[in-house]
Amino acid sequence: MSTVVYTADDGSVTTIEGRPGDSVMEPAVRNGVPGIVGECGGSLSCATCHVFVAPETQALVGGPGDLEDEMLDGTAVDRRDNSRLSCQITLADGCEYHVTTPSGQL
Amino acid sequence: METTLIVGACQAGVQLAATLRDLGDTDPIVMIGEEAHRPYQRPPLSKGWLKGELEPDDVVLRTRQWFADREIALIAGDRVVTIHRESNGTGIAQTLGGRQIAFTRLALTTGAAVRRLALPGTDYRGVHYLRDADDAIALGPALAEPGAERVVVIGGGFIGLEAASAARQLGKHVTIVEGTGRLIGRVVAEPTSDFYLAAHRRRGTEVLLGARLARILGEDASAAGRRGSVTGVELEDGRVIPADLVVIGIGVLPRVELAVQLGLEVAGGIVVDEACRTSDGRTVAAGDCAIMPNPYPAGVGGMVRIESVNNALEQAKVAAATLLGRDAAYVSVPWFWSDQADLKLQIAGLSTGYDDVVVRGDPDAEKFAVLYYRDGRLIAADCVNQPAEFLAIKQALSKGKTIPSLAAADTGVPLKQSVVDAPVALAS
Repeated sequence: MSTVVYTADDGSVTTIEGRPGDSVMEPAVRNGVPGIVGECGGSLSCATCHVFVAPETQALVGGPGDLEDEMLDGTAVDRRDNSRLSCQITLADGCEYHVTTPSGQL
Repeated sequence: METTLIVGACQAGVQLAATLRDLGDTDPIVMIGEEAHRPYQRPPLSKGWLKGELEPDDVVLRTRQWFADREIALIAGDRVVTIHRESNGTGIAQTLGGRQIAFTRLALTTGAAVRRLALPGTDYRGVHYLRDADDAIALGPALAEPGAERVVVIGGGFIGLEAASAARQLGKHVTIVEGTGRLIGRVVAEPTSDFYLAAHRRRGTEVLLGARLARILGEDASAAGRRGSVTGVELEDGRVIPADLVVIGIGVLPRVELAVQLGLEVAGGIVVDEACRTSDGRTVAAGDCAIMPNPYPAGVGGMVRIESVNNALEQAKVAAATLLGRDAAYVSVPWFWSDQADLKLQIAGLSTGYDDVVVRGDPDAEKFAVLYYRDGRLIAADCVNQPAEFLAIKQALSKGKTIPSLAAADTGVPLKQSVVDAPVALAS
């Protein structure tokens, strides 16, 4: 399994176990973690699963792909250097991921 | 204490329950769905699922724990057949499985049922529809069979095109049979239809337009009574297209039976107002089953029934607030997506009532947008492989802004920079 630690804009922390192969978005939506919407279900269509990747997780996930990079220009809260769409981050077995969610997604 | 009964356990129903809890409702919620599965996402069924890329847990909307934590009682695999409602609003729903569910608040998120083809031959083995999880569970392995070389898709709408794309990507010989003169004609303008025709043909799919179907052909049943397998389809002009597998995607019909039984107004769907209230003033309806006044404030009247995830979610949020007696109205900009092969279509707004279109970029490059205007004001856009432009347009529409058509045609300037205030408000 993998672990994802979601920190909301208000500082509240939710830790969820995810299956390897899931995206960072999926366990959040299935478990109702606030701060991630994922309206399109992970098909890179809606830009409502925007997250900021923590420094210690950066090396694990790398940067966005081309389409994702384009979509990050249109997120509800402006992108930063560590922005990713969480549906595009695939969980690897045995790893721990730390992300912060923005104040809004819509 | 109130008890909310939500009839229909899919995207809209789950969101409605979630929003009730988010808004602080702690009273009992019962959600019932006729499918035996836990509530799931439909969009992947015609995309990744058919290509064997997904498993059931990938498409589930919420975990069991989510329902338990929120004390939302989920009944899967049973169907409400009758609802009796007293004049004071309380009522009892009777299910096929013999359950009696008492309620004080009622939400209909009954969705839509696949439209059946009214022609001979639909019962041959190898003839599939694609709407529910069970359809996808049957179609996935059927497509993976090596013997299923030739696939005929009946219907050139989104489901048909997505199924055709998946089949083609699996290496099948695919023919799309569309009865009208163009693809996705109900939703998009000609430039977008023309693009998808060319794009599917470029990828090796045959597309027949204006092709009127006469019947589906198959083998006789065996002596043992086993149904015969499909062998092809026959058009009205006598042409026969051989097929090992036929997928029918000719749209859906809103599920209005219970609304009719309750005496609610029904006209192309369960009629609701902008607060998702039905004609009795207390029952709410949301999602594919509901038809509402055009929500997009661009001066276009009429009623619209929108089949999309976004609409199911937005209406459900509004319906939940309405059930709790709060003021709520549908204000968001509808949007939709379709993934076919490597083509990402994103549609923002509703093009109903457009009087002009602007094509931005080169469709042959498979990266372009079609912007729809009414009285000089932007109302919608189809964006192909242009996610940044899509988001810019969606944001502009949601703020009541527009993009002048001259600027829209200029690909040298990102659309985001061409957004301006709408010059005049349109009369409603």
